[in-house]
Amino acid sequence: MGGPEVERLILLLARLPGLGPRSARRIALKLLREPETRLAPLAAALAAAAQSVRACSTCGNLDSTDPCSVCADPGRERRVICVVEGIGDVWALERAGAHRGLYHVLGGLLSPLAGTGPEDLAIPTLLARIEAGAADEVILALAATVDGATTTHFLAERLRPTGVRLTRLAHGLPIGGTLEALDDGTLATALRARRSALS
Amino acid sequence: MRPYGEADLLVVVLTEALGRHHGLARGGAGRRQAAIWQPGNLVAARWLGRLADQLGSLSGELVHAGAALAFDDPLRLRVLGAACAIAASALPERVPHARVFGGLLRLIAGLGANPAPLATLVRWEAELLADLGYGLDLSRCAVTGASDGLAYVSPKSGRAVAAAPAGRWRDRLLALPAFLLGTGDGDMTAWRDGLRLTGHFLARDAFGAHHRPLPAPRVSLYDHVCRLAALESGMAAAETEV
Repeated sequence: MGGPEVERLILLLARLPGLGPRSARRIALKLLREPETRLAPLAAALAAAAQSVRACSTCGNLDSTDPCSVCADPGRERRVICVVEGIGDVWALERAGAHRGLYHVLGGLLSPLAGTGPEDLAIPTLLARIEAGAADEVILALAATVDGATTTHFLAERLRPTGVRLTRLAHGLPIGGTLEALDDGTLATALRARRSALS
Repeated sequence: MRPYGEADLLVVVLTEALGRHHGLARGGAGRRQAAIWQPGNLVAARWLGRLADQLGSLSGELVHAGAALAFDDPLRLRVLGAACAIAASALPERVPHARVFGGLLRLIAGLGANPAPLATLVRWEAELLADLGYGLDLSRCAVTGASDGLAYVSPKSGRAVAAAPAGRWRDRLLALPAFLLGTGDGDMTAWRDGLRLTGHFLARDAFGAHHRPLPAPRVSLYDHVCRLAALESGMAAAETEV
């Protein structure tokens, strides 16, 4: 179609999440039509990211420095560690601006049905971090799924002897949600986790 | 269920009329459907395929969120995981097992309120073994023919043995918990014995026949219950000493 370079570009783009061959062709065309303003800066940004971005040796977050900018920030609550499934969750929590402590990225969830065990995740490094006395509170911010709940219970059991305060995210009504639109599982969980209306 | 591509899931459902059934849930791992395709959920599922032996695609609507009701309790979550793992791997594909389906439905529906989910799981496993043709004979003693005083099960024949004739072979027999004979719901020690009993025959017959091991969630549940039973008996011994 446009030579092996173009074919390879389309092939690589088509392998990215959310893209197929059709959208990859559109993107490749856009990039190739505007090489100075689109293609060259993107290529430079990709090369720079490939060169410098690494997983943080402390928390597993991706950054161009090690420790990452979150771990190195002296203004954060260093005694509160939020445990998340993936880097996307770190970004989501940072976007929300609700957590001012540190993170620990597990890199997945325990799944007995799929055969994912503790050794496949960054659980040993988390345990070592907590046993070294790095935290007063560990927030288990994992998905509200069977695998998320299994991982939460496993970590709670393992971390209990350290005496650290263990918390997890609440399950319940989303902001803007109405009761009649909720599934019965969320509704039952929300009802069980009800709290005093007097602030 | 296993992820397939970016947002799809390969799903195994247990149905009343068609038994264990595979299908591809398009968008099943996405934001809108992830809550539906959780292990232990009761789903009104619809399968579509051009030919009967194709993988086909599954769509579904959540009827009962069994998974969410077990989230807060690690033991119930383990029970749910073990039951789903056994149902997903012990049963043949597309062969109806209405009794097993009904038993699993009762187990999941009552998971939130059932005070003895382990007893229900063990009874369901015994039903599943019977449905697969490996049923235990707990009606009378294999040695004397008597129907009372049954306390053990032969690991070879699956037949009950009364306490007295078991004699010096009792160490080689599997303990038969009273709740499997319809007496009460048992305690942690009885549930451990029940899991050991059905686990032995599941591993030997239902899974061993296909050269497969017992699913990891079931093994993990038994280990967990052994720890809880040891803890309970240790506490009881300490109370007696006091």
